[in-house]
Amino acid sequence: MSDRIEDPQVAGEPEGGEPEESRGRKLWADIAGFGVDWRAAVLVPVLAVFTALVVGGLIMVLSDVDILKKFGSSPLGALADAWTLVSDAYIALAKGAFGSGEAISETLVAATPLILAGLSVAIGFRAGLFNIGGQGQLIVGAMASLIVGFQFSLPSIIHIPLALIAGILAGALWGGIAGLLKARTGAHEVITTIMLNFIALFLMRWALKTDFVRVVDRMDPISKPIEVSAQLPRFFGFVDGNTLRIHLGFLVALGAAWFSYWLLFKSTVGFEFRATGFNPHAAEYAGMKVSRLFILVMAVAGAMAGLAGAGQILGVHRQVVDGFQGSIGFDAIALALLGRSHPAGVVLASILFGALVAGGRIMQARTPIPIDLILVVQALVIVFIAAPALIRAIYRVRTGEGTAQLTRGWGS
Amino acid sequence: MTAAAEAQPAVVRTPKEIRRARILGVVYLLLALFVLFVFARGAEGDATFGLARPTDRFLNDLQLTLPAAGVAYAVAILLAFAGTVQLIRGLGKWTNAVLAVMLIFLVFAFLAWAAAGKQFSLVGMFRTSISLGVPIALGALSGVLCERVAVINIAIEGMLLAGAFTGALVGSAVNSWIGLVAATASGVILAWVLAVLAIRYRVDQIIVGVVINIFVAGLTAFLATRIMEPNPGLNSAAVFGPIGVPLLKDIPFVGPILFDQNLFVYAMYVITAALTFGLFRTRWGLRSRAVGEHPKAADTLGVNVYRMRYLNVMMGGAVAGFGGAFFTLGSVGRFDDNMSAGRGFIGLAAMIFGRWHPVGAVAGAMVFGFADAVRIRIALLRPIPSEFLAMAPYLATIIVVAGLVGRARPPAADGQPYIKE
Repeated sequence: MSDRIEDPQVAGEPEGGEPEESRGRKLWADIAGFGVDWRAAVLVPVLAVFTALVVGGLIMVLSDVDILKKFGSSPLGALADAWTLVSDAYIALAKGAFGSGEAISETLVAATPLILAGLSVAIGFRAGLFNIGGQGQLIVGAMASLIVGFQFSLPSIIHIPLALIAGILAGALWGGIAGLLKARTGAHEVITTIMLNFIALFLMRWALKTDFVRVVDRMDPISKPIEVSAQLPRFFGFVDGNTLRIHLGFLVALGAAWFSYWLLFKSTVGFEFRATGFNPHAAEYAGMKVSRLFILVMAVAGAMAGLAGAGQILGVHRQVVDGFQGSIGFDAIALALLGRSHPAGVVLASILFGALVAGGRIMQARTPIPIDLILVVQALVIVFIAAPALIRAIYRVRTGEGTAQLTRGWGS
Repeated sequence: MTAAAEAQPAVVRTPKEIRRARILGVVYLLLALFVLFVFARGAEGDATFGLARPTDRFLNDLQLTLPAAGVAYAVAILLAFAGTVQLIRGLGKWTNAVLAVMLIFLVFAFLAWAAAGKQFSLVGMFRTSISLGVPIALGALSGVLCERVAVINIAIEGMLLAGAFTGALVGSAVNSWIGLVAATASGVILAWVLAVLAIRYRVDQIIVGVVINIFVAGLTAFLATRIMEPNPGLNSAAVFGPIGVPLLKDIPFVGPILFDQNLFVYAMYVITAALTFGLFRTRWGLRSRAVGEHPKAADTLGVNVYRMRYLNVMMGGAVAGFGGAFFTLGSVGRFDDNMSAGRGFIGLAAMIFGRWHPVGAVAGAMVFGFADAVRIRIALLRPIPSEFLAMAPYLATIIVVAGLVGRARPPAADGQPYIKE
């Protein structure tokens, strides 16, 4: 079966097609910076999401004891029930994601930290580093912006940027530690970032118990709220009785995506990042200081995740309580893969996942399907993206190259 | 710096070693000061350590009573001595051994400080350490099996969680023994997915692992809500209780800790011994290691690289699935969302800690179990920020992978897909 990978149709594709088509494709690849053909960039993600939703539907049916029992007595009735179950769930999901102004607002609110965390992982991937540490970087970023948020009382125009910068710096520091360890000792960033995630988590739990951070007259560990002047303004905050939670952080995230695009594809440093990602030895030979780049890449990646945490605190939660972080740092891996490690792709993927999260909450509230299904769907999406050979096998379409080897083993 | 090395021609040391010796020396001296100012001055009265349980057959009132401050002063002096020696001439090949001994002394001083003026059951704490360490150890052994054939297994966490869920579900529906088999099978299935994607489709192994973790976390939580919540009878499995090994369990102190545990602990002993023997004394082990170090050479000599990888990864899945059942069938009998709580990642760390050797991996897991047990037990004695204790294993792992305590060298081909020509 392994010969499928070397499927001549696929392997020969860049040269194989008509000259005009391949030129157009190359242009598209150049503009978008994807470096792969449109099938890999568009067809595979679409089919991956579709397939994941279908499998999710199957799981819904298979986990319904009543429907399974009914298959014995009246198969057609059971099929009808199954259809109702799945379609109800997905309709609720779609309505919760896009069905109203509030739904769209919630989708974008959920997408905001995902964009930033996804960029964090994407930047790492482009430079050949796997940042699993988004979760920890997000936590320290959130804590830093929280402290700036409640400790000072300043005009908003200064307070908000200051709090955001605190989050950025804390995240950059936390990511930079992993980069420094890799540069100086060769410690693999996957291991160190996983460990730093736990350390950040315990630091946060400890901080939430100190009198400096916690609300002193409450028993449960919850932080002081940030000053009003540090809150990221909501888009429709000027309207009386506004309930839409979409906040300025979304624009900050889009700005960060634009910045990442510029950094990766238009700047010299970004060129060095990508050169390191392609082949660190060659990059070293070409005169780039790869070990310094490792530190810089991880610091930039950490900064993005830290900004995600800062945005969550200043824009949504306004105080820290354990659990606010959810699994954003891990979802980010899916987003970077789905978005092909390209900032534009990450933004689109994040809006999709934001829709899944916002819709999933409504689905959980209105149908018997718990929101955990979304995690399953997300995992399936990554599998199909990372192994396009599976999509190829199911749909008999050409899919282009996969993301065969993004990271390196512990040894190298 | 080089002048110091040249002054002692008997011991040739590289600048790196000298630097490391000095760093360690300074660390020892700082620790000595810390022990002096925090433990020695903060402790009053005697610490009484219980070394037996009231139900033990022999010496069931065995106790060790020590003046807490005295212990701290003694440890501080030892640390200062070790630090001075490190600074002046280094300890050469003894460095790591001394480090281990010093860490044990340090922990002892900490325990004496925490238990000053109180009763503290050492036997109880070591028993807790072992039961907290077992799932970590089985996860680490799973990692050893996979990585010795160069397949990185980040999915240990997901396999543990799947084992816990399946164990509880099938254990409640049928019986606990079948539950154990089903838990093991669930690990094998996930390992098969890992193997197919990593070996056949050559998908990045770390990504596959991350995906399996997310998938299992989602699926088990989903199924727990859909199936277990409406039917509580499907989430209350019978638990495997401790079984004493005749004679061995009556050894004072050691017996209750090592030989009065449940079947998961004994299975851990057996698997560790079998793996150590298997990996280093049998044909299978030699082939496995060859596949992990240099798959091309192994292939040239007629070893089926793919088959070895499939086989070992699925065996690793079996061990992790079985280990996951500990959370439900070995301790509380019911499944809770995400109850493995990162133990799989600690298992991964324990494997690196133990340098890809079964015994080392289990020892590493026990150190982590011990740290966890200390955190839980000490929290009852003294109000200390237990978060810092909880952090210790992760910090220790970073220190190990950073090579600050010797170099941990993984199998040479670890993480690289093999493409047969």
